[in-house]
Amino acid sequence: MSGVRVLVGTRKGAFVLTSDEKRQQWNISGPHLAGWEIYHVKGSPVNPDRLYASQSSGWFGQVMQRSDDGGATWNPVGNEFKYEGEVGTHLWYDGTQHPWEFKRIWHLEPSLTEADTVYAGAEDAALFRSTDGGLTWQEFSSLRAAKGNLWQPGAGGMGVHTILLDPTNPQRMYVAISAAGAFRTDDGGATWKPINNGLHSQYIPDPNADVGHCVHRIALHGARPDVLYMQKHWDVLRSDNAGDLWTEVSGNLPSDFGFPIDVHAHEPETIYVVPIKSDSEHFPPEGKLRVYRSKSGGNEWEALTDGLPQSDCYVNVLRDAFAVDTLPSCGIYFGTTGGQVYASADSGDHWMPIVRDLPAVLSVEVQTLP
Amino acid sequence: MIRVALPYHLRNLAQISGEVELEIIGDVTQRAALDALEARYPMLRGTLRDHTTTLRRPFIRFYACEEDLSNASPDDLLPAAVANGEEPLLVVGAIAGG
Repeated sequence: MSGVRVLVGTRKGAFVLTSDEKRQQWNISGPHLAGWEIYHVKGSPVNPDRLYASQSSGWFGQVMQRSDDGGATWNPVGNEFKYEGEVGTHLWYDGTQHPWEFKRIWHLEPSLTEADTVYAGAEDAALFRSTDGGLTWQEFSSLRAAKGNLWQPGAGGMGVHTILLDPTNPQRMYVAISAAGAFRTDDGGATWKPINNGLHSQYIPDPNADVGHCVHRIALHGARPDVLYMQKHWDVLRSDNAGDLWTEVSGNLPSDFGFPIDVHAHEPETIYVVPIKSDSEHFPPEGKLRVYRSKSGGNEWEALTDGLPQSDCYVNVLRDAFAVDTLPSCGIYFGTTGGQVYASADSGDHWMPIVRDLPAVLSVEVQTLP
Repeated sequence: MIRVALPYHLRNLAQISGEVELEIIGDVTQRAALDALEARYPMLRGTLRDHTTTLRRPFIRFYACEEDLSNASPDDLLPAAVANGEEPLLVVGAIAGG
């Protein structure tokens, strides 16, 4: 019998939520790695029982964890992240140049083909890879060569928060960085280029600059990997040419500020966002928690509300806290800063909370199990 | 033989219960103690000292014999009572405040 395993990272540990394909009854396991911030947990597409987790603490720094049994048990692996070569500098708050300093891993992206290979997105912004199951890590310093001296942290830090692997072209990857923008490699990471043409950001000196945009998330569908979707600080956008040019598709959204964006597992033009009131007020407009769905790849959006709180709701949904499964009736999942994890087993038409009172949710991933 | 007491989260990370006892050859310094600790428990590398600089992480404190040794040189000798195992070297997560 098939089922799903939802991997939840929170401010105070990791949780593993499991259900059968009906996704109505849930078993909740955790907290794992209790008391630590778990920025992200993600499983290998090659071996679903191989999970990687980013565990960190203001006291003890970065720890990386690996599970080989689907999250039942965990073992620490390597946590040494060294910037390669000349460390270099990036733009600092006061306009000076500041050396790169490793702080934590925000995002993990296991390889599509090798269970021991996993990519890690770091703050200060850098991309690392392990090919030995997380024991050792090597940086793609080539990413920082893509105008890294012009990247500048926002208030939330300067981190690689999104890593997308093109399933049809192993030489092509995308990353997105707060607050630098989106970048692409077409040669397996040897070189990278900014792909921010078409973005317009009023909060930077040159609204059309090559880098410096606060991209919150990018997403793609594996069947059409040249089509990218983006939730920027403000604006929802799409690109039909692998990021060479972006077009705004915010359309009738009540607010085009938000964090996550994701694509339906079986409908490449069906996308989801969670509008947030503004950059100054990180909660849903009107106190109504609404997921918005577009079945046309943007511009025309419908509110999905059935089962979600429609009054007095002031939680946020962070960029890594939204996921979709691949069951025939696509499941949609998201977690909130209020500790709720919501699930829909029917593409967002109806929602139910899986769990209501976890610590603030930082990330949600889902595995579809055979 | 010296004794080292770790904070809760690091005991969990290293799967330690109670204090750690370490044999140190030569001078008993903070650096020697931490080197021996990390050699026994590699998963603690980077959690007490920065990997690259080997400097104490900002919110880690080292106490012993009712003294704060956090800002002492890592190559200073630890108190004799620590060196001979009468007293533990206390590794403490700084108070969070709030």
